[in-house]
Amino acid sequence: MNQTVAQPAQPVKLDERVTRKSPLRRLLGRPEIGALIGALALFVFFGLTADTFLTANAFSTILYASSTFGIMAVSVSLLMIGGEFDLSAGVMVTTSALVASMFSYQFSLNIWVGVAVSLAVTLALGFVNGLLYVKTGLPSFIVTLGTFFMLAGANLGVTKAISDNVATPSISDMSGFSAAKQVFASDLTLFGIQVKITVLWWLAMVAVATWLLLRTRAGNWVFAVGGSAPSARAVGVPVAKTKIALFMGVAFTAWFSGMHLLFAFDSVQSGEGVGNEFFYIICAVIGGCLLTGGYGSAIGAAIGAFIFGMTNKGIVYAEWNPDWFKFFLGAMLLIATVVNLVVRRRAEVSE
Amino acid sequence: MSETRAPLVRLAGVGKHYGNIIALQDVSLEVSAGEVVCVLGDNGAGKSTLIKIVSGLHRHDSGTYEVSGEEVRFGSPRDALDRGIATVYQDLAVVPLMPVWRNFFLGSERRRGIGRLDIDFMRRTTKSELLEMGIDLRDVDQPIGTLSGGERQCVAIARAVHFGAKVLILDEPTAALGVKQAGVVLRYIVRARERGLGVIFITHNPHHAYPVGDRFLLLKRGRGIGYHRKDEVTREELTALMAGGAELEQLAHELEGIESGAAEELSAEVKRLGLTDA
Ligand SMILES: Nc1ncnc2c1ncn2[C@@H]1O[C@H](COP(=O)(O)OP(=O)(O)OP(=O)(O)O)[C@@H](O)[C@H]1O
Ligand SMILES: [Mg+2]
Repeated sequence: MNQTVAQPAQPVKLDERVTRKSPLRRLLGRPEIGALIGALALFVFFGLTADTFLTANAFSTILYASSTFGIMAVSVSLLMIGGEFDLSAGVMVTTSALVASMFSYQFSLNIWVGVAVSLAVTLALGFVNGLLYVKTGLPSFIVTLGTFFMLAGANLGVTKAISDNVATPSISDMSGFSAAKQVFASDLTLFGIQVKITVLWWLAMVAVATWLLLRTRAGNWVFAVGGSAPSARAVGVPVAKTKIALFMGVAFTAWFSGMHLLFAFDSVQSGEGVGNEFFYIICAVIGGCLLTGGYGSAIGAAIGAFIFGMTNKGIVYAEWNPDWFKFFLGAMLLIATVVNLVVRRRAEVSE
Repeated sequence: MSETRAPLVRLAGVGKHYGNIIALQDVSLEVSAGEVVCVLGDNGAGKSTLIKIVSGLHRHDSGTYEVSGEEVRFGSPRDALDRGIATVYQDLAVVPLMPVWRNFFLGSERRRGIGRLDIDFMRRTTKSELLEMGIDLRDVDQPIGTLSGGERQCVAIARAVHFGAKVLILDEPTAALGVKQAGVVLRYIVRARERGLGVIFITHNPHHAYPVGDRFLLLKRGRGIGYHRKDEVTREELTALMAGGAELEQLAHELEGIESGAAEELSAEVKRLGLTDA
C-alpha cells in the first residue's frame, strides 16, 4: 500500500481481523457453491447406482422435472433473498391455470384472452399478498398461509360450482390452443435430445433473475430489504414497493407455470398444487438462499431445482421405492441449511 | 427570520410520543452552515428520537420543524435526503451481508442506462472516498459486516458527505469506538464543518462534544435542560450538567462503604468539577 493520502489525517490501519480472502475461500463463500458440489456428488452417485441414469432420455426427463419446479424457484428465491416467504405459490399455479381455462371456455373466447386475463388475475393476487404483508406488518409466513388456504378453497369451490366437476373440461379444440401449446408446453430437439420448452424458459428466467440481482438497482434493493429492512429504508430504499414487486414476481412465474400445466394436459385438476410451495422453498434453500433473507442467488436456486429433479427421477431410475423421495429431500434440506449457516457465520459481523 | 439567512435546520418546541410514552417534549434547536451542534444526554434522554424527527424517520407530534426557513413534515428519510439532510444512525443503517461498495451507494445507486448499475464507478469511488478518510480498504467487495466499528462508521459518514449532504446528523458515532478511532471520527466532524456543512452530533460523552461543538443542547428525560454556546460554558460545566452534579455526589456517598478507591476517585472528580457545594 504505497498510496499517499492527500488529507492530513494519518491513515487508519486495517484491523488484523480483516484479512484478505484467498481465491479459494472467496469461491467457497459463493452462495451456490454448496449446491454445486452436492449436485455433482448426486450425479455421480446416481450415475453409478442406476443403469439407465446416464442416458439422454433420462437426462431430458430430469431436466423437465427440474424446470417445472425451477421456474418457480427463480422467483421464490428472489423473494427469499428479499426476506419473505410465499406459501400460496403452489396453489397459485393451479388458480392461474383454472382462470385461463374457465374464462376461455365459459365465454367461448380465443384461448389467448384467457391467458391474458389469467396473467392479470395472478399478478393481482401477488399484489394482494404483498400489500397485505406491507399493510398488516404480519410475517409473510402468516399472510401467505392465509391466502394459501383461501386460494386452495376457492380453486375447488369455484371449479365445482362452474363445471360441476373437480377438473376443468378439455380446451384442446379451442382456437389458439395449438399456438399457446407451442409457447408453453412444446417439445424441441436440441443436440439430439428431446427438450421440453420449459427448460429453455427456465434457463432464460434464471439468466434474467441473475442479471437483475447482481447488475441492477432493483437487485441491490432486493438484497438490502432482505438483509436489513430498517437500514434499507433509512437510506431511501423503497422497501414496501420492493417487497410487493417480489410477491408479484412469484405471481408471474406462477402464471407461467399455470399456463404450462394447462397446455401440457389441456384440463386442470382444481385440487393440484398443494404442497408444491415447500418444494420451491427447498430448491431455493438447497441453492444457498438464507431463510432469514439478504443472501442467496438465482443460479443457486436453479442448481437446487436440478438436485430436486435428479433426486426425484434418480430414485425411479435406481428402482428404489419412490416413497423415499421425500425422505431424501428432507435430509438434503437439513444438510444444505447447516452448510448455509456455516457460510453466514463467516460473512456476518465479527464483533 | 428575514433579517439574516435562515438556519439550515430549525426546530421549535418539538414534541414526540410513542403511544403513551412521551419521548420528547418542547425541544428547540438550530443548525447553520459551518456549525456543529452537539446534543448531549443520558441513555433514554430522547437524543435518537430527536434526530429521527430531523432525518424524516418519525414525524413530530407538536412544534415546528423548518429547513432553510421553510416548514416541513417529512414522510420518509428519502424526503430529508432530498433536502440534503443525511444521517448516520447509531445502528449505522448498513446491511451487514452486502459488500462495502453496495452499502456505500445503497439507495443512491449510480446507473448507466435503465436500471443497469455502473459497478466500476461505484467500486472506484467507494475506494477513493474511503482513502480520503484515511481508510485504506484492500477489498471493497467484502461484506461491510466484516469491518471494524470505526471503519463502518467512517463508511457511513463518507457516504453522507459524498452524496452532497448539507446537514450531517451523527447519532453517537464515537460511542463504540476506541480512543484512536474516535479521534478519526471527531477529526472528520471538524472537516465536515470546514466544508460548510451543518453538523448535529449526538453523544453522551462531553469530552468528545466539547472540542468540536459550537453549541450544546442538553436533554434530560425528553426535555431540553440547557442550550449553550461554546463561549458560555466550560468543559467542566458541561460534564457537570451532563452527569447531574448532585447525582454524582450521591453516588460517591453510596460507594464509600463499598469500595474506598472508587469513592475517593469519584469525590476527587466531584471536587475537580467544582461540585462540592451541590
Ligand atoms: N419506538 C419506540 N417505542 C416506544 N418507546 C420508544 C421508542 N423509541 C424510543 N422510545 C423511548 O423514548 C425514550 C427516548 O429514547 P431515545 O432512543 O430517543 O433515547 P436516547 O437519548 O437516544 O438514548 P441512548 O443514549 O440510549 O441512545 C426512551 O425512554 C425510549 O424507551
Ligand atoms: Mg440513541
